[in-house]
This record gives sequence, structure tokens and C-alpha cells, in this order.
Amino acid sequence: MSNKEKKKLTPVQQQYQSFSKAREPQRPVLFNCVKAFLVGGAICALGQGVSDFFIWNFDFTEKTVGNPTVAVMILLSVILTSLGVYDHIAQFAGAGTAIPVTGFANSMASAAIEHRSEGFVLGVGGNMFKLAGSVIVFGVFAAFLVALIKTTLTLLGGS
Amino acid sequence: MLQGHQTWVFNNKPTILSTAAVGGPYEADGPLADDFDLLHADLWMGQDSYEKAERKMVEEACEIAIRKAGKQKQDIQFFLCGDLLNQIISSSFAARTLAVPFLGLYGACSSSMESLALGSLIVDSKAGNNVICGAVSHNAAVEKQFRYPTEYGAQKPPTAQWTVTGAGMALLCDKGDGPKVTSATIGKIVDMGISDPYNMGGAMAPAAVDTITAHFRDLRISAKDYDLIATGDLGRVGHNIAADLFKKHDIDVPDGIFTDCGLMIYKEDQPNVFAGGSGCGCSATVTFGHIVNRMKKRELNKVLIVATGALLSPLSYQQKESIPCIAHAVSIENV
Repeated sequence: MSNKEKKKLTPVQQQYQSFSKAREPQRPVLFNCVKAFLVGGAICALGQGVSDFFIWNFDFTEKTVGNPTVAVMILLSVILTSLGVYDHIAQFAGAGTAIPVTGFANSMASAAIEHRSEGFVLGVGGNMFKLAGSVIVFGVFAAFLVALIKTTLTLLGGS
Repeated sequence: MLQGHQTWVFNNKPTILSTAAVGGPYEADGPLADDFDLLHADLWMGQDSYEKAERKMVEEACEIAIRKAGKQKQDIQFFLCGDLLNQIISSSFAARTLAVPFLGLYGACSSSMESLALGSLIVDSKAGNNVICGAVSHNAAVEKQFRYPTEYGAQKPPTAQWTVTGAGMALLCDKGDGPKVTSATIGKIVDMGISDPYNMGGAMAPAAVDTITAHFRDLRISAKDYDLIATGDLGRVGHNIAADLFKKHDIDVPDGIFTDCGLMIYKEDQPNVFAGGSGCGCSATVTFGHIVNRMKKRELNKVLIVATGALLSPLSYQQKESIPCIAHAVSIENV
């Protein structure tokens, strides 16, 4: 907790927070990072394998192979989510499964499964982007900003 | 009646005539499986939504409690129940099936003892007889409401707890065989400024300590008067904090009698459980299953159940509010 937030607390609350913090099991941050690195790396290696497969066996180039590779990875993630396996892998891997495109697919598929009981329109349709929505919003906004900067620089005479 | 600041003493000693505990697959794998009256192998329980499954558990638990007491549905005069879903739908919808006068309660995970305290008050004051009280929670329904979708891959910290799938009900009567409810201490809200919803135990521990201390003070007794003092769902983290808080304030609560329902219901190495069980169903099923069974066998004669509740909502923690917590204590005795 940052100091700014702590200032709002009364002395008794601050005292208790240090008291309870000392008795909480610590998150194994370093170990978690290693696990995330290994699992995340394994997912990326798998993705590389899939794209090589497409390049060797079909008429894809390094530029065009991105789309079918992502589609396969998403499909794998959705299947694992539906079988109820992905969340268990994620508990082990943490950011390792959350950061690649498989994590994005999992966030959408899990929300869709969860809200199936509320029907297709209000449930699945309305909630599918519940978790993924912010990624889209800030992703698009960030892309817009970068494009704006690039355009400005080009107009100012950059190359 | 009222003794001290916040404790009710029930002079007519309402009897827990019968109890019922219904659980799910995780509870069936736990060490207390034998104390459940009914265990479901599947979280769906034959329903098409988790919310309906939760409601079904309430209906089943009521049915079992009524049957075990040798009563009929029409004998029931009041039904007091709480759960964790929005607008306490599981309780209300089950009350629709039961069709008896109903009071819906929300005290988060403290609902089990809130309902037992109020039910005892009704029976003790002769405002009614044959009162069913209890609480329910369903792991997947509660996760859906308070956290992420169940299949979403978010890593949980070691302080996280596993919501119990289960319903616990007790049928209270003014006379009959069974353990008696002798007193209840209604808790105050305690907020120590913790805002992490994955550390409920740490947030709720001070509330439990506050209520237990008030109970001892109001009744002028000590922990030695009890065979068992069980908190509702502090889990491993909260339980250790509570035990250390007692030591810090020089209140003697021996380790041998001080325990937590969230620690009892699952094995230590059960996967995904982390710091222990939580939810309305945790204290309700452990108390109305395991603990009452042990009292009937006379292994325990006087127990204090302190159900702890974290009164947050998904909205309040997204708005960065801290978690107000509460604990209600009810003492149950063989007399």
C-alpha cells in the first residue's frame, strides 16, 4: 500500500495493518516470475512451432502467417478454458498465461461460459468483453496516440 | 435478556431440535464429509444455473431439518435465512417454495449466526415457535458475483480462501431434546482499513476478537467456560492474526479450544483451498453439521460460534473502499 493511501487511515488502523502484514504469507514473487517466464516462453515457443508449420506446409510467408497462428492459439486456449483446465494452468503460471493472446481468449471465453445462464444477448453478448473490454479500449487508444505522434512527426518533415 | 452492552441471554433456552447440512463436491472430499446429511457430486446439482443450485441446497436443507425433527412443513412458523447473492435471491426464492413467514438477512458470512441469534430471540420471547434459521453459499455463484468468472485464469494469492458450497439449517423449538442456545452477542462493525478482497481473514480477524471480547465482558466469563470457540471463516491467515491479537490484549484463549470453521472443513492439502474455507455456508454447515453432531455425542458441551462477515460489495472495492467487517457470537450448550 502506498504512503498516500496510508495517510487516510487512523493510527489504530495503521498499527493493525503492519501487525497483520507481518502475519500474512508472502507471495513468492521471484518463484512466480520464473514460472511465468517458463510457461509464457513455452506458449510462445508453441506459437513459433505453429507458424513454422504453416510456413513449411502451406503457402504462407513470415508476414501472413500471423493470422492463422493466432487463430490456432486462440482455439487451443478456448478449448482448454471450456474443459476447465486453463484456470489451473494459470494459477501455476500467473502472468505467463495472462499476457499471451491465449490469456485474452481465456478472459472472453470464461466470461461467455459464466454468463450463458443469462441468455445469449444479455448474458453471453453483454458480458463477453467484461474483462477483455479494457484491453480493447486502452489498446485502441494507445494505437491512436502512437499514430497521432507519427503523423505529426511526418508532417513536421521527418521521414 | 440484554446483559451488558450487546449480549442477549436467552432465559428460556431455545432448543436446536434438528439440524441439516448440505454440501458440494469439494466438501465431500473434506474431513467433515460424514457430518453432512446430503452431498452433491456436481456443482450444478441438476439445475441449469449455479444460482438455482444454491437455492436447491436451501430447500433440501430445510426439508431435511423438518424431517429429522419429525415435524411437518405447516408446523414451521418463521424462516430466517441469508446468502451472498445480490438481493439474497437464494433465500427469498427458497422461502417462496417453503411458503412460511420469512425474514431475509444479509450479514455476509456472519448470516449463519445472525439468523440463529434472531431465531433464538423469536423463540425465547415466544414471538414464534419452530423457527428455521440458516445460511447458504455456492462456490461458483459467489465467485461469479464477487470475483472473476470461474474459468478465468487469474492467479490467487496465498491469502485467498475457497468459498464453501453448502447450506446449513437449524430448526429451533421452545422445548425438546437437543443442544440449547443460551446467549448471543451481536457484533459491531470493525474496519481496520484493509481493502484487499483476497485477504478477508486479515480484514475480519479484529471483528471476531472484538465480539468475543465483548461476549466475555458482558457475561463476565472467560474462554475457560467453553469447550470450543470457533470463528466462522477467518482461514489460516485470519485465525493466526486473531490468536495473536488475543495474546496482545492479554486475553487468555487457549490454542486447544480456539479454532476456525474455515480450517476444519477442508484438508490442509486440498487443492485451490489456499488459506481455508469461507462463505455463509462455511460456518453454517460446520456448526449445524459437525459441531452439533459432536455436541449430541457429548464430546462438546459448551461452544461459542463466532461467524465473521466481510460486508463489502464488488462495487465498493472497485471504488477502493475498505472492508467493514462484523462478527456475531452465539453460545450453544448441552444442559
